[in-house]
Amino acid sequence: MVEAQEDFVQKRETIIIKGNEAAAYAAKSARVQVISAYPITPQTTVVEKLSEFVDNGEMPGTQYIKVESEHSVFASVIGASKAGTRTFTATSGQGIFYAHEMIHWAAGARLPIVVAIASRGPAPPWNIWADFTDVLSQRDTGWMSAFCATHQEIYDEILMSYKVCEDHDILLPKFVAYGGFILSHTSKPVIIEDQDLVDSFLPSLPSEEGWPHIWMDPKRPMMFGNLIMPSSFYLEFRLKIQNAFIRVKEKIKKVTKEFEKIFGRNYGNGLVQEYKMNNVDVGVIIYGDLALQMEQAVDELRDQGYKVGMVKLRHFRPFPTEDIIEVAKKVKLLGVIDRATAFGSQTGGPVSCEVKTALHETQETAKVLPIINGLGGREVTLEQQKNQLKALIKFNETGEIPKDTIHGTLWDGLLEVE
Amino acid sequence: MDYWRLNKRMVKLKEALESCQEEYFLPGNSCCAGCGLELALRWAIKALGPNTALVTPASCLNVVVGLWPKTAPNFPFTNMAFAAGAAAATGMSAAFKAKAYRFPGKGWDEITAITFAGDGGTADIGIQGLSGAAERNSDQIYVCYDNEAYMNTGIQRSSSTPHGAWTSTTTKGKDRFKKNLPAIMTAHDIPYVATCSISEPLDLYNKFKKAKSINGCKYIHILAPCPPGWGLESSESIEIARLAVKTGSWILYEVENGIMNLSKASRSLLDTSKRAPLIDYLSRQKRFANISEKDLIELQEYLDHTWKRLEADLLCQDQYPK
Repeated sequence: MVEAQEDFVQKRETIIIKGNEAAAYAAKSARVQVISAYPITPQTTVVEKLSEFVDNGEMPGTQYIKVESEHSVFASVIGASKAGTRTFTATSGQGIFYAHEMIHWAAGARLPIVVAIASRGPAPPWNIWADFTDVLSQRDTGWMSAFCATHQEIYDEILMSYKVCEDHDILLPKFVAYGGFILSHTSKPVIIEDQDLVDSFLPSLPSEEGWPHIWMDPKRPMMFGNLIMPSSFYLEFRLKIQNAFIRVKEKIKKVTKEFEKIFGRNYGNGLVQEYKMNNVDVGVIIYGDLALQMEQAVDELRDQGYKVGMVKLRHFRPFPTEDIIEVAKKVKLLGVIDRATAFGSQTGGPVSCEVKTALHETQETAKVLPIINGLGGREVTLEQQKNQLKALIKFNETGEIPKDTIHGTLWDGLLEVE
Repeated sequence: MDYWRLNKRMVKLKEALESCQEEYFLPGNSCCAGCGLELALRWAIKALGPNTALVTPASCLNVVVGLWPKTAPNFPFTNMAFAAGAAAATGMSAAFKAKAYRFPGKGWDEITAITFAGDGGTADIGIQGLSGAAERNSDQIYVCYDNEAYMNTGIQRSSSTPHGAWTSTTTKGKDRFKKNLPAIMTAHDIPYVATCSISEPLDLYNKFKKAKSINGCKYIHILAPCPPGWGLESSESIEIARLAVKTGSWILYEVENGIMNLSKASRSLLDTSKRAPLIDYLSRQKRFANISEKDLIELQEYLDHTWKRLEADLLCQDQYPK
């Protein structure tokens, strides 16, 4: 039996860990009080690492519930969050779909739950590799969603998310997504921050009273989640969620700035992070792990004299409409690269839909070319990304639509089939 | 019953009534007249006291407690999705433990977490979450108030609907038999399983008191007749619940750490001759009005078989090394 520590202990250190472990370290740094989890590939090592922390007494007071399904994962973190505790879980693909009902519930109850997502492709056919359709398909649930491009960003974004979600003006849940296996199972150096410094950055854990709007306390008996008649405040409660999504953009920007000031790592304005977007003809909007490799593709083409740049999309919800409009002002053509599908859409993948919507009814004339690639973990090589940029350059110069375009979208990296 | 025993019982009843004058499920709620659920919840919370936090998944209870912003329960109460009762209470109970760690001596670990679900939310859509909570020995009391169909949505059959009963989705009577949830929960080896009937409030009161004193996962299954769903006058629900017990259709017992004990109202019924005729129970309910002779015979056989098996179990249990 390992003796429990009296308090959380963490000195600033750089360790080589998997992306999933970075998520687990972030939960520990955030002193989460209740964890509930169910294993799913490729999320498993998050919950394994957390078990290790809890079993070794490194997270004193933290309750870890190992439930029997993702539906119960979200139900139990909702129960725990309602009672006024900081909660955490992690899941993936099918787990998100199974818990979809409770995902709506968490947002409707305005619970600041943070969930790490090692994204994977929806079945069938079975797929466990990187694909953001899982998180993006939760678009209308009232959850914020962020993408990470690096191992460090997983750790950092989870910390920033608690600060944003628990703000009393916001009180919304959030997904922090990163590509399954590509980030979840590869190892990189990650800086784990000093506990005192993290404590000074994050809001303190919920007070004894819990959240301002919801509590489970016999001293203040109250009922939550009643049936509400159409003539009552249902519509107004929904509008309040929408309003919070408008407010949260500024909050994210502020928290990102504070984070940079304290920890020294820059994530653009929090919503988007531009890369070499000055003096450009064409740019791409890209998110998740593919963004990291795209930086190199941009560098190489810049070296060859092409005026290309990229924008890393860090948040899908809230969607940075204003930033996208500004980006569109700088270029004549924008490629939007989705590692996800939005079947039946006229406008490519889930993010290109949003980009087109953002630019609709503006005076900006930048064309948008949706690109879908890397579905279900299909490898996207550096060479391929350079070719995507080159195709955009050619399209911009000659007006010649790339030959692989299908229904207006470039499905890149298809196998040669009849 | 001799005078001394009767007197003792009356004293206990008097004590119970005096000790729980306080109401926690307040008048003005929108239960139907004669609602079994209302009595079940009222007596359960009287036994547990107000230091109780309740989760209810989708069921009549979501509605009868009051449309927003009206609130009938005078204790912490949260509504939940249909399949999510047991897991939400697990999370709540874990949060109380986490809060007890952070705010010691403030009584956070003394709050009783309770799930209060209907038979659909327990035996059908909620069984996975319940089984998970039981296997983890989640510290909560899980209560199933059993009105033997989906009454909230308009009397559709559930796996807890008895054989032969009319529901809006078994218009010729249900072909299958009632799922034995208390037995399934007993098989989870949780510290406490009990069955109750709204016709035996003192028995119910005592069982909840006992459940509160035990750590871990407790399961209590309450037969709670539904006047519109069963086709009863609102004045009849308690009488019908009592008949369910007297005929042996609903057996009252406790299983404490694996050892079963028949409760008083059911104990004498091991003697077949002490059981009221089944037809006395069925004939009072419109849902059995058109029951076929075949179904009637099968129900009687099922009842006899259930008791025989129970008797064998109890005999077998006596042979356990003490």
